[in-house]
Amino acid sequence: MTSQQVEYWRWDEGNWADPNKNWKEAKVISAGVDIGSVSTQAVIMTDGELYAYANTRSGYNSRESANKAIGMALNGTNLKLENLDFTVGTGYGRVKVPFANKAITEIACHARGANFMYGPTVRTVLDMGGQDLKVIRCDGKGKVENFLMNEKCAAGTGRGMEVIADLLKVPIGKVGELSFEVDEEPPPVSTTCVVFAKTEALGLLKGGWPVPKVLAAYCSAMAHRVYSQIMTVGIQQDFVITGGIAKNIGVVKRLEKELGFEFFKKTNIDTQLAGAIGAALFAKGLYEKQGRR
Amino acid sequence: MITAGIDMGAAFAKMVIVKDGELIGKGICKVTLEPEEAVRTVQELALKDAGVRPDEIQRVGATGAGRKLVKNADVVVTDVTADAAGANYLDKAVRTVIDVGGEEARAVKINEEGKVISFAVNDKCAAGAGAFIEAMTRALELPMEDFAKYSLKSTQKIPINAQCAIFAESEVVSLINEMTPREDICRAVHDGISDRVSSMAKRVGIEEKVVLIGGTAKNIGLLKSLEDALGMKITVLPDPEFVSALGIGILAAKDSEN
Repeated sequence: MTSQQVEYWRWDEGNWADPNKNWKEAKVISAGVDIGSVSTQAVIMTDGELYAYANTRSGYNSRESANKAIGMALNGTNLKLENLDFTVGTGYGRVKVPFANKAITEIACHARGANFMYGPTVRTVLDMGGQDLKVIRCDGKGKVENFLMNEKCAAGTGRGMEVIADLLKVPIGKVGELSFEVDEEPPPVSTTCVVFAKTEALGLLKGGWPVPKVLAAYCSAMAHRVYSQIMTVGIQQDFVITGGIAKNIGVVKRLEKELGFEFFKKTNIDTQLAGAIGAALFAKGLYEKQGRR
Repeated sequence: MITAGIDMGAAFAKMVIVKDGELIGKGICKVTLEPEEAVRTVQELALKDAGVRPDEIQRVGATGAGRKLVKNADVVVTDVTADAAGANYLDKAVRTVIDVGGEEARAVKINEEGKVISFAVNDKCAAGAGAFIEAMTRALELPMEDFAKYSLKSTQKIPINAQCAIFAESEVVSLINEMTPREDICRAVHDGISDRVSSMAKRVGIEEKVVLIGGTAKNIGLLKSLEDALGMKITVLPDPEFVSALGIGILAAKDSEN
């Protein structure tokens, strides 16, 4: 691959399985598949505990994306698709999961997943996904009380960040870190629209700004955009972030600064998995209530 | 009296030379990442086209997003004012001017004297501006002219659900993968932007005669979709990309009379 063909936006795909668990001892094996516009995740749980997962890029065909993700998750366990007691599909392609027993909206699944990942004290979930931005208020059981969703505009989404990473030729995983390699924080880029921000970023580069400075300007514009969306719903502690952008400290730290507090709740689980985890938890509950359908 | 009107847009710089109320020369060039260069280039082009020496220009007017870059301007007005003056100069019957530029779209309602009655502007989002179409031509790998022509050959109306140009690009790629005829995709792109532009235009209260100006006015696919969206006939003024520059060129002369 030559340097020109490097796709800087491309984040790492992967799978994981817990070697210390034996699924044969489990009473319920449930699965959740979250087909987003940019990424697809599959999570397999044994009795409501994380057993295996996969994180992959969504293709043009949602069915194929679902099959690929569950295939990757099963790979590394000796489970087969038919061993899954109940599967719930979620995300924008939720009705296109061929092996799912039920589809549930991603809002419900994200709240439930955040409750699992960060604990029952979570009341506000900010999900920064590939193609949408959600602010969800939930109760101690991870049940949704109120939410706001922006799916019309790429500003403040993972896709927007991918576009900028590609433009500046910075691997997406390094954007956050690199954005702090500046002597002083530059003013944010003035345009919200990603298309215009691209033009503006090019202009700044041409004007002699080093790449980290341009990244800093973009990350802080994104943080500001997200801040105003959050404020529409309002924050109740504990506040947590899920989705791919949660891994980008360039946006997260600047958002903490705007909000005036640190996000002290941490998780060891990949933040992109929240929706699929929520779906797998719903799947367990449904199986226990009604059996396999 | 000889005046110059410069319209520094986001994508293109346009300039006209007006002598005693007559257009005698024009020039256009792309605005690169060094916009000052475009200001110099467009002046050279227009002067050469008109056969006029720089010192023969008595007054200079500037408009457009980059109007402040024109250092030698005697008169500076907003795009809205220039659009109104240019359209009124070309056709007194015009009451609504729709200007779809690269990074901005405007709808201006004017009276018979070319005075602005009301207007609406979108400069926040590429979804309702020329940049949207440009992004889609890249996704379809079609030159703009073909893109416009294909659109007219469409046999079915399909929706593009995404508004945002960034998302629409992925959607167009999906449509290509699903073997959707490109004629229908091209039309869907024009229908999409027309929806946004027409709802903006409706906010100012559309009155006939309606004209379309700006570089995108040469796109016959967009024109057709916009006519469908508004349910009325739209006229494209001659040299639509120069109407705004012409407006400020005319205003520069008027201003000296007062």
